[in-house]
Amino acid sequence: MDLLIVFAKCLVALLIVLQVGVLLLWVERKGSALIQDRVGANRANLFGGILPFNLGIVNTLMADPLKLFTKEDIVPEGADRFLHWLAPFLALFPLFLTFAVIPFGDVLEIGGRTIDLQAVEAGPGILFVLALVSLGVYGVVLGGWASNSRYALLGGIRGSAQMISYEIAMGLALVAVVLTFGTLDLQQIVREQGKLMWGVVPAWGVFYQPLALLVFFIAGMAESKRAPFDLPEAESELIAGFFTEYSGSKQSVFMMADFVEVAIVAALVTTLFFGGWQVPWLYRDGFHLPGGLSIPLPSLLVTILGVLAFLVKLGIFCWLQILIRWTLPRLRYDQLMNLGWKRLLPIALVNVAVTAVLALLLQGWTVAS
Amino acid sequence: MDESSLALPISAVLCAVVVAVMVGASWVLGKRSPNRAKGAVFEAGNRAVGEVKSHRFPVKFYLTAILFIVFDVEVVFMYPWAVVFRRLGWFGLAEMAAFVLVLAVGLAYVWKVGALEWD
Repeated sequence: MDLLIVFAKCLVALLIVLQVGVLLLWVERKGSALIQDRVGANRANLFGGILPFNLGIVNTLMADPLKLFTKEDIVPEGADRFLHWLAPFLALFPLFLTFAVIPFGDVLEIGGRTIDLQAVEAGPGILFVLALVSLGVYGVVLGGWASNSRYALLGGIRGSAQMISYEIAMGLALVAVVLTFGTLDLQQIVREQGKLMWGVVPAWGVFYQPLALLVFFIAGMAESKRAPFDLPEAESELIAGFFTEYSGSKQSVFMMADFVEVAIVAALVTTLFFGGWQVPWLYRDGFHLPGGLSIPLPSLLVTILGVLAFLVKLGIFCWLQILIRWTLPRLRYDQLMNLGWKRLLPIALVNVAVTAVLALLLQGWTVAS
Repeated sequence: MDESSLALPISAVLCAVVVAVMVGASWVLGKRSPNRAKGAVFEAGNRAVGEVKSHRFPVKFYLTAILFIVFDVEVVFMYPWAVVFRRLGWFGLAEMAAFVLVLAVGLAYVWKVGALEWD
C-alpha cells in the first residue's frame, strides 16, 4: 500500500513535468506569435484533411510531437552510433529526475495517512538538483561530438563551456539560500517560508536574498541555453548547434530538454524564493489574515490550494523566461563569458559573505515568527 | 523496510522508460530509406572535407574547464559549512573566509593576467 503511494507520487511528479514541457511548446509558439504580432500555428488535421473541421489549438500539443515521432531517424555517416543514441537520453533523463525532489504541495491527509507531496523525500535536495542539472552538459557535449559534424562539434564545445561557467554562479547563489534557511531539504525550505515577517509579510526567500534570486535566475536561463544565451545552438551561425545532425524523435527530445529546463528553473525559483506551494496567510486550518480575520477551510481544500499556488507560480516564471527569450537579442560569446565570470561570480561571492556576516550579527534576532 | 527509500529508484526507472520511449519512437514508427546524400553531414551544400574529430578549437575552452574545476570544488566545500554554520559561529566564518580568500586572490590573478578575456 505504501509502495503504491510512493509509486503514485513518482508518477504524478513525472506527469507534471511532461505536461508542463509539452504545454510550454505550445505556449512558446503561440506566445512568440503574440509578441511578434503574428497569428502563430493555427491549423491541424489528420491524414491530409480527413476531418471536416480545424483542430486548431490541438495542433502544437498533438501534431508537433506526432509528426516528429513518425519522421525518419537519421544517423549521419561517420557518426559514433552509440553516443549518438545516448546523447538525447542523457540530455533529458536527469532533467526529468530533477523534478522528483521538488515539493509540489503540502501534506495530503487521506484515510488517516499523511502523505508528503514530494515524490522523493530527499534530505539533501539542493545537492541532488545541482548534481542532476550539471549532468545535462553530457547530453550537449556528446551530441556535438558524436555527430561527426563541425557545426555540431562547435555547438557542443560552446555549450559545455557556457554551462560549466554559469554553474559556479548558480551554485554560489544557492549557498546563500542554504545559509538563510540552514537546510538543504527543499520541503523544509518551503515550510520555513510559510512564516511571516513582522506578522504581515510572508517570509519568502526573495525578501532575504534578492541578489541570489537575480544571479540564480540569470544563471538558470544561461543553463537552459535559450536566447539571449543560445550560443550553443545559434541558428544564424551554427545551423542548430549540437543537434544539427539529429532528426525525428531524438531531435524532439533535445527540444523537450530545453522546455523542461525552463520548467525546472521556474520550479526552483518558485521553491527557493517565492514560497513554493505556500499561499500567503494560509495555514493548515485556513486563512489567518493579518487584520485578525480568520476563514477556516477543510484540510483537503488547503492542500489543493497549495498545489494550485505552486502551479500558478511555476507558470508565471515559465512565461517570464519566454518573454525574455523573445525580447532580448543574443549575447556575443565574450559578453557571455564576461557576464558569467566577471559579473555574476563576484556578485554571488560577495552576497554569500554579506549573508554570512549578517546572519551571525543578527543571530537570535529574527523577523520571522 | 522503509518504502520512501524506494522512491528514488522508482522515479529513476519511470523517467528512464519514458525518455527511452521518446528517444526510440521514430526508430520504431518512422520509415527508413537511407541514401548517401541523406547520410552526409551538413556542410551548407558542400561535401565535408577533412577529419572532424581532430578539428582544433581555441585553447580558451580548456582554460575555462580548468577554472571551472577550481571554483566548482570551492562551492562544493561551502555547502556543508552553510548547513552547520550557525553552530560554528564566528570561528566557522573565519575559517571559510580564509579558504575563500585564497581562491578569491586566485580569481583576481586570473582576471588580471587576462585568462578571462575572450577576443
